[in-house]
Amino acid sequence: MKQLVILSGKGGTGKTSICAAFAHLASIEGSQGGIVLADADVDAANLRLVLSPVEAETTEFWGGSLAEIDPDVCIGCGECVPVCRYYAVLDDPQRLNKKWIDPVACDGCAACVYACPTSAIRMVVQQEGFWFRSDTAYGTLFHAELFPGRENSGKLVTLVKQNARLWAEEHQVPLVIIDGPPGIVCPVISACAGADLGLIIAEPSLAGIHDLKRIQATMQHFRVPQVIAINKADIYPDGVQQIREFADKNNIQVLGEVPFDPLIPHSMLLGLPVTEKFPDSDSSRAIRHLWQTVATLIEPL
Amino acid sequence: MKPIQIAVASGKGGTGKTTIATSLALSLAEKYHVAYLDCDVEAPNGHLFLHPEFNTSTEAVIRIPRIDKNRCTLCGKCVEVCQFHALAKVGKTIMVFPQLCHGCGSCTWNCPEHAIEEIPNPIGVLESGKARQDFHYAHGTLTISEPMATPIIRQLKRLEIPPQTAISILDAPPGASCSVVETLRGSDFALLVTEPTPFGLHDLGQMQGIVEEMRIPAGVIINRENGDYLPLLEYCTKHHLPVMLRVPFERRIAEGVARGQTLVEIYPEYRQCFLDLFDSIAVLANQ
Repeated sequence: MKQLVILSGKGGTGKTSICAAFAHLASIEGSQGGIVLADADVDAANLRLVLSPVEAETTEFWGGSLAEIDPDVCIGCGECVPVCRYYAVLDDPQRLNKKWIDPVACDGCAACVYACPTSAIRMVVQQEGFWFRSDTAYGTLFHAELFPGRENSGKLVTLVKQNARLWAEEHQVPLVIIDGPPGIVCPVISACAGADLGLIIAEPSLAGIHDLKRIQATMQHFRVPQVIAINKADIYPDGVQQIREFADKNNIQVLGEVPFDPLIPHSMLLGLPVTEKFPDSDSSRAIRHLWQTVATLIEPL
Repeated sequence: MKPIQIAVASGKGGTGKTTIATSLALSLAEKYHVAYLDCDVEAPNGHLFLHPEFNTSTEAVIRIPRIDKNRCTLCGKCVEVCQFHALAKVGKTIMVFPQLCHGCGSCTWNCPEHAIEEIPNPIGVLESGKARQDFHYAHGTLTISEPMATPIIRQLKRLEIPPQTAISILDAPPGASCSVVETLRGSDFALLVTEPTPFGLHDLGQMQGIVEEMRIPAGVIINRENGDYLPLLEYCTKHHLPVMLRVPFERRIAEGVARGQTLVEIYPEYRQCFLDLFDSIAVLANQ
């Protein structure tokens, strides 16, 4: 069983649209045994919006703990204030001479718990979202919803991926495709851990190229083999040239270019992968070629 | 005028946060003292459009524990109090895992032997200076392979800004988790940039959840609009989110932004739109 992760550094370069198209293509051509999909962008889980999944299993995700003060026990002494480096301990807005912990600011370090002379503070474990196993027309999808503003997205990504991997192994599915989050921190690191191949969707814009270099360095650090595809390629030809030079210098293959095509967001509006809705568009042709190249690379790994 | 802090956020990546934030800053800087903070420390891009000259550079650090072996009795209290598993007792030593450490200080305070001192562990660089158009500019760049963005955002926001600053503009990272919350903390208004697609709408919903919980007044900017996308407009009405600006889907804008141009450089007439936008923000933020 192989794992392909799709990343980009910068957001909005087209990871999810291309991932959905790959899912569609894998279901109609090649990849004997099908695929399992994992949406590792738990903050902004969008893959399901183009795959019309039917939920088969829903599980609560309990993440970290936050501190809570029992107002009946708190004497308002303020010992907890200086030990909090997150400025989360405030005066209780409802009760005089009591302290209160702003859950938005609390990091869950429990320093206040140990500082409180009256044991008025305890750690309360938090439900931070759900994860799901769903059926789609193209394969089983593992995805999640992190409640807005929560921490531990890396942990939830790990959970989604782990379940996708186990499912693939159990059902002898040869390939897991992981739709990664933007950025370079914990959820990205969790998304690319253990991947056999990382496909970077690069955008030929100054910002896109800047962020491509940062995700490339991150993946190199974690020793994930990399290839690049350029999306919205015709929007800035100089940028394509710069990406190709960067790829050459770092010995990374550029597998293909997908043109800037309003049919991609349009197919998203219709809730279908672009390759299914507009199979003869320039973008669909380019993505099909890209998929075939990726599939041949993954196979012998 | 009371200083006002405006955060530009979106949930979904690539909706045009930086496009909006940079043009807002450029437009307002003609009339007000502006400070621009690029809080997307994972992928900071504002400098590509505003070309700041930095005159100060400091390290962003997490204070991690160092254990004085002469004093440590291996009692294990530090391991017990650490909520992040950044300390472990292995044989006759206490090991520290810097990348798991949140720098909270709990181990330091709870060590009965006072055997822990904190040493700075660099996680990135904070730089500040002036944008080409003569307003204050600061950003943070997280070191590759560091897993946490919030500490550096927190430190970026605590850097000194010029005392006469009337408007701070914060460009938030994408997503809807802790680093966005850290950026939004203390903001008087959140500008939520979205695109008229199911992806944009879904992620706007995540952001709406955050600003509602944080009680920050917010408004929406629809970017790359190509006709009315009714589900988005209905969502905004239902959640009392005013639609404050609509930018059309145009290849010319996409090409200009790709080359590093700001919206107000591509279309100077947007300057007035951003000045008017700010007037609306000032009213909504004070309600």
